[in-house]
Amino acid sequence: MAAAHACSSAAAAGEAPTTGEHRMGTTIVGVCYDGGVVLGADSRTSTGMYVANRASDKITQLTDNVYVCRSGSVSAHAIFKIEAFSLLFSHAVNEHGKGRAQFLGISSRFFFCPGRAYIDGWKKAADTQVISDYVRYFLHQHTIQLGQPATVKVASNLIRLLAYQNKNMLQAGMIVGGWDKYEGGQIFSVPLGGTILRQPFAIGGSGSSYLYALLDHEWKEGMSQEEAEKFVVKVVSLAMARDGASGGVVRTVTINADGVKRNFYPGDKLPLWHEEMEPQNSFLDILAARSPDPMVQ
Amino acid sequence: MQTSKQNWAECRLPSPLDRPSLKAHRRPNILAERKAQHEYWRRPSFFLLPQSNPASAGCCFNSNSDPRTKEKGKRRERVREREKRGKKQPRRSPLSHRLRTQIRMTGSMDLPAKGGFSYDLCRRNDFLEKKGLKVPGFLKTGTTIVGLVFQDGVVLGADTRATEGPIVADKNCEKIHFMAPNIYCCGAGTAADTEAVTDMVSSQLQLHRYATGRESRVVTALTLLKSHLFKYQGHVSAALVLGGVDVTGPHLHTVYPHGSTDTLPFATMGSGSLAAMSVFESQYKEGLTREEGIQLVSDAIRAGIFNDLGSGSNVDVCVITKGKTEYLRNHELPNPRTYVSSKGYSFTKGQTEVLSTKITKITQLKQKVEVAEGGDAMEE
Repeated sequence: MAAAHACSSAAAAGEAPTTGEHRMGTTIVGVCYDGGVVLGADSRTSTGMYVANRASDKITQLTDNVYVCRSGSVSAHAIFKIEAFSLLFSHAVNEHGKGRAQFLGISSRFFFCPGRAYIDGWKKAADTQVISDYVRYFLHQHTIQLGQPATVKVASNLIRLLAYQNKNMLQAGMIVGGWDKYEGGQIFSVPLGGTILRQPFAIGGSGSSYLYALLDHEWKEGMSQEEAEKFVVKVVSLAMARDGASGGVVRTVTINADGVKRNFYPGDKLPLWHEEMEPQNSFLDILAARSPDPMVQ
Repeated sequence: MQTSKQNWAECRLPSPLDRPSLKAHRRPNILAERKAQHEYWRRPSFFLLPQSNPASAGCCFNSNSDPRTKEKGKRRERVREREKRGKKQPRRSPLSHRLRTQIRMTGSMDLPAKGGFSYDLCRRNDFLEKKGLKVPGFLKTGTTIVGLVFQDGVVLGADTRATEGPIVADKNCEKIHFMAPNIYCCGAGTAADTEAVTDMVSSQLQLHRYATGRESRVVTALTLLKSHLFKYQGHVSAALVLGGVDVTGPHLHTVYPHGSTDTLPFATMGSGSLAAMSVFESQYKEGLTREEGIQLVSDAIRAGIFNDLGSGSNVDVCVITKGKTEYLRNHELPNPRTYVSSKGYSFTKGQTEVLSTKITKITQLKQKVEVAEGGDAMEE
């Protein structure tokens, strides 16, 4: 939910706090480990140059066992309509159901059509919130009808359908992660155009540019839960150090067979990287304690 | 008179259209005309002519002896002669200049039959925009609105200035809107939008209360607001701070015009939000008492009032706790009106001229309806 800063031609920094769209530049990460997944995100939401929310929660729950990391990016204008979603819903459900015999005694036409929703692609934070709200609603219905917890694949497919069908108007990059009893821990990435990719690890948001090489170098299969969590925190804090649109705190969600665990790492507890300073209460302390040039450590 | 443009009926009264045309070259005998006109006006026979033609029995106007009709006949002859010669007739509209102008203007535009909007200028506007003309933006109403969660509930605060561009339109307006007895909402942005959207959601909440028989929850108001605002894609310019206490506890949310929401322990919105946020960030802590909360909110609003041009006047505070809501209207008045004329205003008797006096007796209202006390209004 961090907003990527994009300036419209007329927007001055002073106007942004109230009139600017809530944009999301962010760093989101999802990593599979041996027995589950760890999702991590920063917590900054900005409108223009102002940080509207420095402690937002970008990892939202879809079902008990599936969570999604949300990020927005640059927008595209168009007015659109989400068509009769029941059709899409049944499509998503059938994709999963092909391999599963226990699926579908009930016709999927019973699914309640959400009605028309007009989605315009200017607001990213709002986009992602609305998408996850819709998908949570559909998954709830699906769980009731199925009689079992929804699988991660179904959840990701629903996100993908919304993102793909409305790609002209939406700007939402999501990483879906969860655990189910059939496939274990899974991470699916649904980036901007509505592709769906199953990956052992996934990154997204404006801060992810700084992480591609790092993950290529440092990722390894079969980490343990502690290793994976530490890894995610390290990776997100590195991105926060270099990306202006990411910052605040690191939130992680660990999902495995035993359930879900949420963690919170405040900004001052994160490791310090190159040229980062220790947190201080006041700049005056720095001036008083150190040499005349406070930037020299 | 030959200048009359229309023959409405046999029987007609002189109309303003009958005034003489100024084109003197077409009327060589002006004096005779004036005389005839004068005669026409003076002529009593207009009203008293004997009815020779039974067809015109109901009409007191005899065209045969009316000199105007004769002149008109002459005009018709002239027209026929022109046509014979093959010349075009000069266009004469029977309508007044003003009416003609109106018809000319509307003829070129597409007006809907019963009022409504005309989008004819949209293409022109697009063209101008492409050429580089800067489109005037929407005017923000400046505001400082804040909210914070304290140990027993929620405190909301707002300034009271409503601006129309550089002018203060209302020095003491109310920005804290009622949503439910336990939920209040501060609104920044376009005043009409915030009023309308909070009124609408407040009504929906009331209907929901009747349907469910329960106290409204803050998340209900939040979802209604966010889905409405998202539907309008940010064109409903309402930035809100929504706070309340329900069965699940105290809640504080911010809602942005595009429909995204945040849940926070303290929040500020509006043009003065940066000034107010600086106060909150330095002094907020968890577990504030009621007095501390009100003080902090007032400090934050005052920071907005004095440091932001779009905010000003007084501080409104609303304290919501479980089971009780206090709306402290004008809790602080840091901008009193200090200038008072030394002489004061005086209106001595006799300064105003009395033009007329009319005395109306007010009759005492008599009670015509008997109210039966203690009766059952509706039996189940």
